[in-house]
Amino acid sequence: MNTFKLLVASASALALTAPAALAEWQPKKPVEFIIMAGTGGGADQIARLLQGLIQKKDLSPRPFIPINKPGGSGAEALRYMQDKTGDNHTVMMTLNSFYTTPIIQEDLGIDVTEFTPIGLMAMDTFLLWVNTDREDITDLDSFNAAVSEAGKDWKVGGTGSGQEDSVLTAMMEAEFGYDVTYIPFPGGGTVAKNLVGNQIDSTVNNPAEQMEFWRAGNTKPLVQFSAERMAAFPDVPTAKELGVEIEYYMQRSVNGPPDMDPEAVEWYVNLFQELFDSEEWQAFCKSDGLTCETMMKGEDLATFHANQKVAHEKLIEKVGAASITGE
Amino acid sequence: METILVSLTAGLLEAFQPLNLMMIFAGCLAGLFVGCMPGLGSVNGVAILLPITFLVPPTTAIIFLAALYYGAMYGGAISSITLGIPGASTAVATVFDGRPMAQAGKADQALMAAAIASFIGGTVSIILFTLFAPPLAAFALKFGPQEEFALMLLAFATFIGLGGDDIPKTIFSILLGLVLAAVGFDIISGSPRLIFFDMVEFQRGIGFLVLAIGIYGVGEMLWTLESTSGKVQMHNVKISMSRMKANFKQIREYINSTWVGSFLGFFVGTLPAAGATPAALMSYGLSKTFSKDPDSFGKGNVAGVAAPESANNAASTGSMLPMITLGIPGSPTTAILLGGMIIWGLRPGPLLFTESPDFVWGLIGSMYVANAVTVILNIALIPIFIRVLAMPFTLLTPIIFTLCVLGVFATTDRMFDTWIMLIIGVVGYLMRKLNYPVAPAVLAIVLGPLAERSLRQSLISAQGDATTFITRPISLVCICLALALVLFPVVQRIMRKRKKAAESQA
Repeated sequence: MNTFKLLVASASALALTAPAALAEWQPKKPVEFIIMAGTGGGADQIARLLQGLIQKKDLSPRPFIPINKPGGSGAEALRYMQDKTGDNHTVMMTLNSFYTTPIIQEDLGIDVTEFTPIGLMAMDTFLLWVNTDREDITDLDSFNAAVSEAGKDWKVGGTGSGQEDSVLTAMMEAEFGYDVTYIPFPGGGTVAKNLVGNQIDSTVNNPAEQMEFWRAGNTKPLVQFSAERMAAFPDVPTAKELGVEIEYYMQRSVNGPPDMDPEAVEWYVNLFQELFDSEEWQAFCKSDGLTCETMMKGEDLATFHANQKVAHEKLIEKVGAASITGE
Repeated sequence: METILVSLTAGLLEAFQPLNLMMIFAGCLAGLFVGCMPGLGSVNGVAILLPITFLVPPTTAIIFLAALYYGAMYGGAISSITLGIPGASTAVATVFDGRPMAQAGKADQALMAAAIASFIGGTVSIILFTLFAPPLAAFALKFGPQEEFALMLLAFATFIGLGGDDIPKTIFSILLGLVLAAVGFDIISGSPRLIFFDMVEFQRGIGFLVLAIGIYGVGEMLWTLESTSGKVQMHNVKISMSRMKANFKQIREYINSTWVGSFLGFFVGTLPAAGATPAALMSYGLSKTFSKDPDSFGKGNVAGVAAPESANNAASTGSMLPMITLGIPGSPTTAILLGGMIIWGLRPGPLLFTESPDFVWGLIGSMYVANAVTVILNIALIPIFIRVLAMPFTLLTPIIFTLCVLGVFATTDRMFDTWIMLIIGVVGYLMRKLNYPVAPAVLAIVLGPLAERSLRQSLISAQGDATTFITRPISLVCICLALALVLFPVVQRIMRKRKKAAESQA
């Protein structure tokens, strides 16, 4: 009998839409939750967690369906969103390639400031990782020595030319004066796996991407690129502490395509605010070294995007687009 | 070993709880439906049904989803055989021989073979998973870009024999597939390439299902119309117990292909890059190459149904391995499962086996049970499935056509892809008419992007030095096998000719 009740309950959970909220805008069909990166990476993990929370807490009358579009360092996803102009049933989990990809690939014809900002869920950080088999590398100095000696034979894995990790790698090359080989993979998870399998020599992964391998003792972090040490990594020095002026963050915001209806935007903002405030999200932020104090939204987020775009244009100009694309 | 037995028993007991058993039934049925509807896809199915899993304990939830995933793997074969449209990309190779069998009035045999081969593939795979999960995960880590590329070469090599006698036509077909697969964004630099007529729609590339449905759904339909002038014979197969028994006994004809598919499928599935579709195609190619009667493949050889079906089920279990041990989903559906796991507070990674043994073993236990349930359901439902074929051709054709259009539109949500599918359909028909094999083109579309990525990654990491493929042991072995596979049919052909010549002289 219990099982019967359960099935009835689940059926009604699927069928019911809150009748009280009829006046408001609500999704009328499944919402495509685009991820501009591959499976297993930071953005992917976050999107899947949010999607699950939406369903668990029954926050949407229609499900969110995560879809990975990692092609061309996020170009595929950006193009997709542009084609969806005015669509109220598509939102995208973004990362910094949201800014860098349109700068590096001008012929894409995308201006991200036209997209509809919804909410900044977190600021993520980067660490420099090597395999624990490399016993000769214990800190940044021994890392730099090893890289300088290997030169072009040093293989750095990343998620694609123009992605944030390639920008950060270019910043390190400029700072330390070496030239490494950058190999693109289809997602942060694959990058982490290749580091564990010693197919590549180092990576600049986000904490979430390496957390489980680090806990299992497969990989080790050397430096963090945030202003202060994260709670999750109290023993890992920041670059600034070591006298290296590299500080770089990853934004993790949710955005809609250009020209979304204001009512729909309001619904999505409320939805993501609720997710942001949830215990589960805050706990995830804490364990994975994400900064999640307040959710930036609306005009503030639009300004933030505009500023970040300019900052990345300058950064790319400084390190040179060629050093990022490897041409 | 003892600990594995104890854990497995606990897992099986868990799967036999009444609630769990019920969820397995529900999951298998839902999966069958989802799998056989072209365009619906197991991704949407799992995503839509995910909320149900929050009402039950995590172990029950994963059991339900695993059953659904399993059911979908079987379901794909049903539409491949009865309608000639692959319900999912994993079932494309099943069309090659499944459709001709159905047209010859042997749909029940094909469905029976698919069910039994899937069962064996799934079971072999789960046993391997149970016994060797940790060492296999370690082996998967040894697979860098070079090894992936060598594996892809091996896959292509298995298909050289597929085109029959006309090797230049086969190569043309492969190249056509590779060109179509290259449309869209460059994998490495991200710049758009091969954008025909500068239409921005091409930037997103041409989806695999668009091509597969075009070639097999529409192309086949046009071909059938032409070759029979619409007077298609109907096959109202009468199912009786004795016929079922006879079908069951046919197992001897395809058991070898099934073993090959099972082991190959599991192995390919465990590699994060590959997945069930290449596994099924490779298994088909291998079975044909080593068959005593390779010419009968593509014309309704039951081994041609069993080989891909055993491989895709084995691979779907195999792809759980990188998900559980590395946190990298091997397929879009396992990616949704991964999302569920994160919600249940489980972090997939190297520590999951030791930190959440109940969950992992519950999942493994449920795979044994789900596999058995699906095979029983499937065999029991065969009489219903083949009813489809009893429909008059004038009724069935419009239905297939509608499903093709709907299936493509539903997966990508844009009319552009539907037009492409129709054009590809005409191209597929012309290829059939001019006697070009279409299977190699389909293979190239699936494997092309995987091969391209790994080739370029390897060359970047070796700084352009192509010897990197033969200095790495695993890669070298794969390449040697690939060479052997290419040469084998040639040698075989020469031997046969000599034999014939000798016979005619005598």
